[in-house]
Amino acid sequence: MPELLEPVILGQGAPGRRGVVIPEAAVPAPPLSAVLPAAMLRREAPALPQQSELEIVRHYLRLSQLNHAIDKGFYPLGSCTMKYNPKVNEWAARLDGLANIHPYQPESQLQGALEIMYDLQQWLCAITGLERCSLQPAAGAHGELTGILMIKAYHQHRGDARRTRVLVPDSAHGTNPATAAVAGFEVVTVASDSRGLVDLADLKTKLDDRVAALMLTNPNTLGLFEEDILEIQEAVHAAGGLLYYDGANFNAILGTVRPGDMGFDVVHLNLHKTFSTPHGGGGPGSGPVVVGKALEPFLPVPIVARDASGNYRLDADRPLTIGRVKAFFGNFGMHVRAYAYILAHGADGLAQVSRDAVLNANYLKAQLKEPFEMPHAQPCMHEFVMSGSRQKAKGCNTLLLGKRLIDYGIHPPTIYFPLIVPEAMMIEPTETESKETLDRFVSAMRSIAREVEETPAVVQQAPHTTPIKRVDEVLAARKPVLRWRA
Amino acid sequence: MTYAYLPHTPADRAAMLDTIGVPSMDALLDHIPKALREVRLDLPRPHAEAEIQQRLARLAARNVSTSQQASFLGAGVGHRYRPAAVDQVASRSEFYTAYTPYQPEVSQGTLQAIFEFQSMICELTGMDVANASMYDGSTAVAEAALMAVRVTGRPRVLVCGSVHPEYEAVTRTYGQGPGLRIDSLPARSDLTDVAAATAALTPDTAALIVQVPGVLGTVADLSGLAEAVHAAGALLVVVADPVALGVLEAPGRWGADLVVGEAQGLGNAMSLGGPHVGFMSCREAHIRQLPGRICGMSVDAEGRPCFTLTLQTREQHIRREKAASNICTNQALNALFATIHLALLGPEGLREVATTSALRAHHLAERLIALPGCRLANPDSAFLNEFVLTLPIPAATVRDALLPMGVLAGLPLDTWWPERTHDLLIAVTEMNGAEDLEALVSGLTAVVTAQGGQRPQEALHA
Amino acid sequence: MIRFATSHEYARKEGDRFRVGITPFASEQLGDVVYVELPKVGRAYVAGEEFGVVESVKAVSSLYMPVAGTVVEVNDPVVQDPGLLNTDPMDRGWMVVIESADPSAFDALLTEDAYQAEIASH
Repeated sequence: MPELLEPVILGQGAPGRRGVVIPEAAVPAPPLSAVLPAAMLRREAPALPQQSELEIVRHYLRLSQLNHAIDKGFYPLGSCTMKYNPKVNEWAARLDGLANIHPYQPESQLQGALEIMYDLQQWLCAITGLERCSLQPAAGAHGELTGILMIKAYHQHRGDARRTRVLVPDSAHGTNPATAAVAGFEVVTVASDSRGLVDLADLKTKLDDRVAALMLTNPNTLGLFEEDILEIQEAVHAAGGLLYYDGANFNAILGTVRPGDMGFDVVHLNLHKTFSTPHGGGGPGSGPVVVGKALEPFLPVPIVARDASGNYRLDADRPLTIGRVKAFFGNFGMHVRAYAYILAHGADGLAQVSRDAVLNANYLKAQLKEPFEMPHAQPCMHEFVMSGSRQKAKGCNTLLLGKRLIDYGIHPPTIYFPLIVPEAMMIEPTETESKETLDRFVSAMRSIAREVEETPAVVQQAPHTTPIKRVDEVLAARKPVLRWRA
Repeated sequence: MTYAYLPHTPADRAAMLDTIGVPSMDALLDHIPKALREVRLDLPRPHAEAEIQQRLARLAARNVSTSQQASFLGAGVGHRYRPAAVDQVASRSEFYTAYTPYQPEVSQGTLQAIFEFQSMICELTGMDVANASMYDGSTAVAEAALMAVRVTGRPRVLVCGSVHPEYEAVTRTYGQGPGLRIDSLPARSDLTDVAAATAALTPDTAALIVQVPGVLGTVADLSGLAEAVHAAGALLVVVADPVALGVLEAPGRWGADLVVGEAQGLGNAMSLGGPHVGFMSCREAHIRQLPGRICGMSVDAEGRPCFTLTLQTREQHIRREKAASNICTNQALNALFATIHLALLGPEGLREVATTSALRAHHLAERLIALPGCRLANPDSAFLNEFVLTLPIPAATVRDALLPMGVLAGLPLDTWWPERTHDLLIAVTEMNGAEDLEALVSGLTAVVTAQGGQRPQEALHA
Repeated sequence: MIRFATSHEYARKEGDRFRVGITPFASEQLGDVVYVELPKVGRAYVAGEEFGVVESVKAVSSLYMPVAGTVVEVNDPVVQDPGLLNTDPMDRGWMVVIESADPSAFDALLTEDAYQAEIASH
């Protein structure tokens, strides 16, 4: 029987081995058994590994080598903005004065950190065209929850208790309806039209005095700019609703178009997408929210303020606040990285980022029109969605096309999303990829399409070059094994 | 100006536009209303990397880090030793520049690390299953409250006085969504009074939330609490410090239904409060209601055991408005730091961290209460490595007076409760050696002696 | 006697009770079923009400009660082994038995031929 590529570290080693030595207490004090309630004392030690430092280092280093990563190769994962994570950002976040600071230190000891947060708040206001920013949310969906709770508080504060619905386009990320539901709203879906954009007529039939907000991603998940945005915002506001901007696709318009100018009342940004902070294998993220005048009173506390003498302080005195959405001030380590990223670009550089992102996506789209099906002909923004339905008809569905791409050293695109395109492949190259890399991707995709015609079995059994082969996900779900046991 | 992260030359761009078949970049953006495209951002000029380094180094230097002083600040964020190997290995960019492991064939490293994290959390908490992590301790508590409401179908959540005030605040914010009723249980100090907690349980109570050790460091005897909570048909949610679980009984062994908490103290920098890493573990019976990502074991097409994300139908990308939570991102990288740290510590190391911290704290407390006018705020309570010292003069005054001596004495409790002006929360860890303890004792001696050493009662009633 | 709902549940008449499950067409559409959530005995439903869910690895489908009634029996083996819904949905893969207050509603459901015609039209 084949074994795990690398044994699970729990249960490894031998009693007496250790990976780090802890200082002795070296003070006269009674044993813990004498000072703690007997019922609360641990009887059995946790079965953690017992290995030397080298053994542990090798284990995790070998695990690292089983991953695909941006630093290893192209990662055109739609909707995820897998851009390069600059190394100077990592350097900065590890500076003693930024890493080893405690949130309860007096403000006098944190002026440098508060300045970073204050400037970042201001810059994100400038970039979004809105008024006030909170850096507290820890991730995109967390920013969504913050924004929707603020919208709820806004309507409640106005005594408008009828607004129990949130409108969400059918192309939206799953977090949008999930967030609205967690915030206690009924979710109403708005259809997309043949252009792949919000169906204005459908939207208008659903707008009434029960609607609290419309959540919108612009460009949407098809990578298409909602051209009717000004008309949409007018209609929503006329009906008394507010407009929520999901910043998942902000990389498309960074420095070029601002949600505030489009009429949005609140925006969340994903620092881990647009502002180059690393995805970390699934997190940490950071999801600041930026709001216009209407929602400013409801921002979570505290936010960083600057007083007349130039000192920075934490402002928690906001009577209408929704409260805290997270302990302390947000994922500061991510704020530092985003700060460095914005410094590296300035206004012109950020605009160049989005323009190159759009250029790269259109460049790929133009070259993949054949042999793939391209459901939307108009120019895309930072990403596009194509369909593998022609290849599926030949026995190789989108899942297989993606798996085969792995053999070419490229991470598969996002597949089967958005739900409104059959056999969807959502491709987002980002601006940090060179023309040569994009050309290699095009030639890999064309080569796979040829394989579908000529040697479909190669595609059907892919991937061939990975440390493990395709995983039995049905078994994983039917008989969940979710932890190691002694 | 050119940019290090943008590879295109003007010639590249021209060639690409040509391939696309448009005359200019603007042609690609023509469908955006023109009025929206005239943007001038007020931002700093572009900086070269050398300039970025200088600017950030100077900003960092304007902070006083905890390594520059003897720090006794805890209160939910641990000033803990982070072995060099943790950062060295977890900072491999194969880990930190990877996305969520949705493609298991090229993500076994991240997946196995998550599986090991889940397993280690279960070992510490004594629970059946754990998820891949939460944003932090506060949101883990809030999600636990929501989960208990889903499981029991009841609307009320009872929060004990031992729970971190910011965790309770976040739970209240989350509770605004579904309209939960959240009641705080008045507590004797931060100790959980089992009888009072039991009396507060009502038929509409979904969960009782208790923290161990309490936010003020105390370790209460919670025998009988789980039985009382279960008899009332509610769930017991325990907020635990994973380092303390090196010496404290696993809450799963004394009846917890959900064990959540903050694992920053394991290998993660304090970083002004984030990114940290929340954990969440529960009984097998409730797994369908557990929010967040979960990694499981399976086999590949050749029968080789391997890992994959599983039970994803609970999550927002599939269940949308019916999902268990809207959470998407976890704190995978921070969980990896915690996992490597726990591997390095092993069972003995973890016990030693908790023990060294606690013994030093007890020693320090003994010396501090010998000072004129100083006493323990909760003299009858057991504590581990954190305790509240009641001072003869305002705690914030003491804290500020000690800063120039290089001592960060702790958290004045009027930060949370304005009336507790004379109470200072002091945390001791393996980072506080004899020199640190001496510095705090001598600094405090100087300050309280200079103030004439009033008795705390007199000070409080002055 | 057996009848079908357009939401792909079947009801098989057994005296004054009905045995309810999902059709082979439904389970094929879903793919490998990995999880089934069924109600407890004693729970009452109106016709068309959601009474449970079935899940594949990447999809969730609701189950709707074809006839109003009260659950008197639940098929635990199908909860333990959801694969039964793929291998034998009409027999060992049944889900619940209900006792109906309104057996006449049964007659309003689709006959086998009508159901086959319905799915053929998709």
